[in-house]
Amino acid sequence: MREHTAAINPPRALWVPYILGRPFGVPNDAAFQRRVLLAVLRLLEVPAGPVLADYPEDAPPPAADEIDGVACPVSFDHAVDERDLGALLAREIEELAPWHDLAVQRRGRTTTGVSGVAQGEAARIIASCLNGAPASNLAGMSAGETLKIVCDDLRAYYYEAAAARPGAPSASAIQRWFWNDTAAGRAFLALQKVCIASNDKSLQVFGGNTLVPRAIMHTLAER
Amino acid sequence: MLDKIKDLAGFNDRPWVKPPPLAQCRIAIVTTAGLHRKGDRPFGPSATATDYRVIPGDTPAADLVMSHQSVNFDRTGFQEDYNVAFPIDRLRELARGKTIGSVADYHYSFMGAATIRKLEPKARELAGLLKQDRVDAVLLTPV
Repeated sequence: MREHTAAINPPRALWVPYILGRPFGVPNDAAFQRRVLLAVLRLLEVPAGPVLADYPEDAPPPAADEIDGVACPVSFDHAVDERDLGALLAREIEELAPWHDLAVQRRGRTTTGVSGVAQGEAARIIASCLNGAPASNLAGMSAGETLKIVCDDLRAYYYEAAAARPGAPSASAIQRWFWNDTAAGRAFLALQKVCIASNDKSLQVFGGNTLVPRAIMHTLAER
Repeated sequence: MLDKIKDLAGFNDRPWVKPPPLAQCRIAIVTTAGLHRKGDRPFGPSATATDYRVIPGDTPAADLVMSHQSVNFDRTGFQEDYNVAFPIDRLRELARGKTIGSVADYHYSFMGAATIRKLEPKARELAGLLKQDRVDAVLLTPV
């Protein structure tokens, strides 16, 4: 963030006009990334400082359909009891599997797997917590840390699967889809309530700060 | 909070170091994106996360993952192409083209949410390690 950089006032800094999480602007655009990288490296040649330079090149805007938020129409079989979030989650994970497989095949990698817990097991861990019978913690981790790493893995699975679908949905479209249209999003929001109400400090911290993005909380509060 | 930064004791210096010409610079990446290799210990809760992870320069791309605690920044870009937060391939290209001198053997990753005071000892430790790797300049990449 520019205001943070200005306050810290480091010797050399380049401010870039991209969404948080993408300091080099555009994925899979080597030329674009190289221009940003060269601009920041050229600051090493500036004779005096501190210097905070503004990088002028915006990232390309998302396509019109992505702005409308219709780029990620995943349809699920809702034969499962709508009240059983754990079962819905498990079904959804299965239905997304072909898309996640495709994402891994195309990218040659996946960012899931940090927890070492498979997606189906992740669904069971989350469902157990929602049902008031938390599963065992991962080795060396608190209940909050266990859920954090399991939920982040599961979210990465959903996001990677969604990105593989036609239309190249934007980051914001994928986020809206996850939190508004999936059982996982509903499960995470339910989990947040359970964790905040818990007596376990690690669960309170997890539910209060590191499960639901502030932007989503803000949107929900406005409804 | 930002207003208080200028009042921090010992935080008023702005050391200005003139590096070698860019074409001779050896560059390392230090990121606060919470990156590490698959199988490394994930990062812990924000308040205690002053530790770092080592990312050897020959780490296969498929091994790079993220366990940052914050959910308030985009991860889809990194999922799609790690270079958008950790531009190691771009650095290697610049080294091959002789725009920079070389790429360091080791890169480092923090979670980056702890206080400046808590992070300072680790930053000093890292500075020593970077010197041993003959690094001239560090590319800091926040998310």
